[in-house]
Amino acid sequence: MSHAWRPLFVVIGLLAVVFIGRAVFVPSDFSAKNGDYKYQWHREGNEDDWKNFKVKYKGGKEYCGECHDDEFTWISASKHANVQCENCHGPALGHPEEGPEKLAIDRSRDLCLRCHAKLPYRPTTYNELPSGPIRLAMQDPDEHNTDVECVECHDVHKADFKE
Amino acid sequence: MMSTRQISRNKGGDGVKQSRRDILKLGAITIAGAVIPLSAFELLTPEALASTKKHGAGKRWGFVVNATKCVGCGMCVKACKTENEVPFDVNVSRTWVERYVQLKDGEVIIDSPKEARNGFIKNDPQGRQVKEEDIAKGFFVPKLCNQCEKPSCVQVCPVGATYRTEDGVVLVDRTWCIGCAYCVQNCPYGARFIHPDPKVNVAEKCTFCYHRITKGLNSACSDACAFGARKIGDINDPESEVHKLITNNRVMVLKPEYGNEPMVFYIGLDHIVR
Repeated sequence: MSHAWRPLFVVIGLLAVVFIGRAVFVPSDFSAKNGDYKYQWHREGNEDDWKNFKVKYKGGKEYCGECHDDEFTWISASKHANVQCENCHGPALGHPEEGPEKLAIDRSRDLCLRCHAKLPYRPTTYNELPSGPIRLAMQDPDEHNTDVECVECHDVHKADFKE
Repeated sequence: MMSTRQISRNKGGDGVKQSRRDILKLGAITIAGAVIPLSAFELLTPEALASTKKHGAGKRWGFVVNATKCVGCGMCVKACKTENEVPFDVNVSRTWVERYVQLKDGEVIIDSPKEARNGFIKNDPQGRQVKEEDIAKGFFVPKLCNQCEKPSCVQVCPVGATYRTEDGVVLVDRTWCIGCAYCVQNCPYGARFIHPDPKVNVAEKCTFCYHRITKGLNSACSDACAFGARKIGDINDPESEVHKLITNNRVMVLKPEYGNEPMVFYIGLDHIVR
């Protein structure tokens, strides 16, 4: 056979290596969904990987209220009705069965100030309660009882002064 | 010149005389008329216009941010970072809140210190002392991945590691991503970053909390918002809250000129918002 054919064998060999390598390394569920190579070319199993990501925040006070019914009743009737328990107590994760047994509580001034610090461009009215609009209570943190925690005087669950 | 070259259609008679110009004019009008389809004369209803947007027939996750309601507490950022295991003390985040302060002399100060994970508790845009009487206006704008219909980040991925799901969420395959960061550069919204955890070390972005919304929960950020500024849902479902918000309000998307067709709709944007 003529030596002129030799490059052809090299090309065929290289192609074989590429296709065998592809069969070994590329997962079988790698495909273009709906024939969309532009945006949906992916490994389909990854969708389930993301669906199985661990949920940490239970979302909604109802889950917490199943046991902590006092706090649930208070806060639901208060101006803090839309504030989730987990905003201050952290994600419930597996609490209580699989732990943590006790959730951390953020009692710092800085947590309250996230909403209640007086800023010139912060909306002054709160419209999210069914009872109608109320004033968003704001304080200048440099003037308002600077050296005590807010929870010394204020009851967060009732959005009012402590009794 | 043309007008002198009269063509007589009816030689020797009382014929209608047409110039070459008339014939060319008539021809041009006929052709122009023929290329306009009859459908161009139809009056389009909003429903018909909406149907021409191809979001697929099925579920399409979308998001509505009501920027007028945001007070900049940053609880959304805190919840997002915890829920999605983005290292809390590193200055990257899947969602963030921007503060816009426009002074009376026209200057606009924009900042988002630590992605607002600790909220805004001081009047110190970009660390500057700004007098209250100098401020013309100011507001907060929450940002997150826009889960675009035509995601430019997906187009540039050289390995097929990032993609849009059928229900419209752009995800990253962590086992397949090589961390080249083309997508980080190509997102017009700056919504992507490389995950700072050396064990992950690939492209990272908002997933609309795909693990939550596919279980019937809300995204962590919208649950954490006590001000109703963040809503997530199926925009193709006429009964969903997001669908109603989009159809009952004047909504905008960020940077429409890029043609990405974002699926995060904003109420109360301003021209100073980037």
